[in-house]
Amino acid sequence: MKHKTFFWFILPTFLAMFFFITLPIISVIIQSLHTPHENVLVTVENCDPFGCKKATSINHEATENLKKNNPLGKYVGLDIYFDRGHLAIEQVKNLWSKTDNFFEFVKLTADLPFYKALFFTLTFTFTVTPIMLVLGLLIALGVNSFNKKLKGLIIFFSLLPMIVTPLIGSIILFWMIDSRGIVGNFLQILFEDPDLSLKASTFLTWIMLIVYGVWHAIPFSFIVFYAGLQTLPKDQIESAQIDGANTFQQTIHIIIPHIMPLITFVTLMQLMDNFRVFEPIVGFNAEAHATSLSWIIFNDLGGETRQLSAAATSSILTIFGIIILLLPVLIKTWKEFEFKK
Amino acid sequence: MKLILIKILSSIIFLTSTSAFACSISARVSIVGNEFPAIQTVGSGAKECKGAKVSANLTADHQKINVAGMSSEPAEYTSAIVANTSIVALLNEDLIRPLDSLVKKHGKDLKKNQLITIDGKIMAVAFMANAQHLVYRKDILKKLNIDVPKTYEEMLSAAKKIRDAGLVKNPVGGAYKAGWNLAQEFNNMFIGYGGSHFKGNTAEPNVNSESGVKALEMMKALSNYMNPDFLTHDSNATNAEFRAGNVAIMNMWGSRAATLVDADGVSDEVKNGMDIAGPMTVGGGKTPASTLFWDGWTVAKKISDKEAEATFIAMTNAIRPSIMDNDDIRKQAVWLIDGYKPTEAAKGVFAAAKMSTTPYPMLPYAGLMHSAIGKEISDFMQGKESAKKTLSDIEDAYRASAKEKGFL
Repeated sequence: MKHKTFFWFILPTFLAMFFFITLPIISVIIQSLHTPHENVLVTVENCDPFGCKKATSINHEATENLKKNNPLGKYVGLDIYFDRGHLAIEQVKNLWSKTDNFFEFVKLTADLPFYKALFFTLTFTFTVTPIMLVLGLLIALGVNSFNKKLKGLIIFFSLLPMIVTPLIGSIILFWMIDSRGIVGNFLQILFEDPDLSLKASTFLTWIMLIVYGVWHAIPFSFIVFYAGLQTLPKDQIESAQIDGANTFQQTIHIIIPHIMPLITFVTLMQLMDNFRVFEPIVGFNAEAHATSLSWIIFNDLGGETRQLSAAATSSILTIFGIIILLLPVLIKTWKEFEFKK
Repeated sequence: MKLILIKILSSIIFLTSTSAFACSISARVSIVGNEFPAIQTVGSGAKECKGAKVSANLTADHQKINVAGMSSEPAEYTSAIVANTSIVALLNEDLIRPLDSLVKKHGKDLKKNQLITIDGKIMAVAFMANAQHLVYRKDILKKLNIDVPKTYEEMLSAAKKIRDAGLVKNPVGGAYKAGWNLAQEFNNMFIGYGGSHFKGNTAEPNVNSESGVKALEMMKALSNYMNPDFLTHDSNATNAEFRAGNVAIMNMWGSRAATLVDADGVSDEVKNGMDIAGPMTVGGGKTPASTLFWDGWTVAKKISDKEAEATFIAMTNAIRPSIMDNDDIRKQAVWLIDGYKPTEAAKGVFAAAKMSTTPYPMLPYAGLMHSAIGKEISDFMQGKESAKKTLSDIEDAYRASAKEKGFL
């Protein structure tokens, strides 16, 4: 393609990306470097139906000019990045010098909010992604070998978990796994333990979230792989069959290499998706046992506290996390591209 | 459900029929607020006003949208219905206006104790009071010859007796869902043990104390008698457990007490067995382990004076004394409105007020403390760490956010 043609071709995409992705990210970065101005507190008398008493209040007149001149707030550099709610540099340093063994250090570090969330987020990402890839491929291979008439119906049902809105899906499952719900009750009978509760144990809650994550993501990998299977080189498979290769050997040596680009694509998408796991935590009311980076952002933004700077900082750290996570895959793709050239 | 619908319909019909004197306004009114029966009554009361458009957005997510919706110029919402917890966010951002002159002009029906003043200026008009107090099954307590618990210690021993007798497996209920609810239960217990959240009039945290440890230990002891899933139960789920007969004693919001057993499928046993009493004390203290709340309305700052006046008229109309003639409305809450005669459902909150329960503090940084408690406390409830560690974590988490918001 000529450079000029390419330029006009890419311009609308480029503009959209600039306005809807780049600019917002820049504004979030700026927000994360600023905090609200310091408040001037005054003691005043407040009265309500229950009586009057002295209480602290904010004096808005005192900071009015400051706020007008610097509407962004106070520039604090990387302070918020390093505070206890995020990278907690000081706390981690303290723990490092205070604890005697490495295990203790990891345990106490994982109690800090950011690392706690990171720990769950990474566990979720690195269990859900591979399980979902393997199961998705198996289902695709299975459906592909079905009778043509049945295929349509089966594909439709296999796609259902993805059609259900994540939040709604998790709320439905939340009630099913309740100790009086159909799944929870069944498990109690199965394990002969009437006190078994999936929601009361951190370990079981994590398993539940991971199972939910896999259930919800499988249709995506399945449908992509299924599409890939429609383009299989028939002659290669036939010659392999003539050479006496069994189904397993055919899968390993022909099918998987053939759909490798799709596997890379699905991995890439799912790493990003799973790293920002959020809805199941809300839907399963699981915040006592598991928090994720996205959940921290949501929690900081909501309610009465509105910690905008903290939320902006967590967002930037999440973006960094995704970049680090995707780096190996991106490098691999780039190398293949160079090689092809 | 049908019953509720009929009630709402009948109250609407009642309201429209009695407002023959008509309330007329000349500018738009737009309300944002929480969603429960008493607030719906206020919302529909404001909508009776003719002459301009009155709209109401009543949702449980009101706190997520009211600040943003009142920050623009002009503000989207001309009035926010708030409580003493949620007014703070609006005060902190300077989004609501003093109402003194409007009260003088249009507020002759308002009682003095309805007027919420900050530094001498009227910033909100309260219409109802609320508090958490005891809700219990009198049939179960009677069967086992247990007196109605007045302290949390008595609640624990009652719970043991009920469980040992095999009547209810997990007799204690509580809104212990990790986050806001759990933190509120801690606040109650902490105040009951005589704790105060901050050092004097400063924003310095003060929860890492003897009272804090005792409060956490009492909560842990209670949780042993709760459904093992207690960290996922908010007040809706706890009420559902009570309706199903799975809970015999619990600390619950007064605003829920009136309609607690008015649902389809509640057995007669639960319906007739339910009763309420005042809040409990703890650790030999005199102050109840509970907090008093008021709900009221405010008027936005960033709107024209004309809109502010229309809003004030419509909101005052919604809480006029004559609505107290309707029995269904009267039952919905502990109203602060002139002419309110308490119903049976109000005795818990009245007892709370009489026992001089501590009101929830209207402090600019109280929300940050509440949120820090909610984030850190579930580790202790699961037995993952000691009470001391949790309390110092709460203080550290609070300090980080208070520093960010410019309070420390």
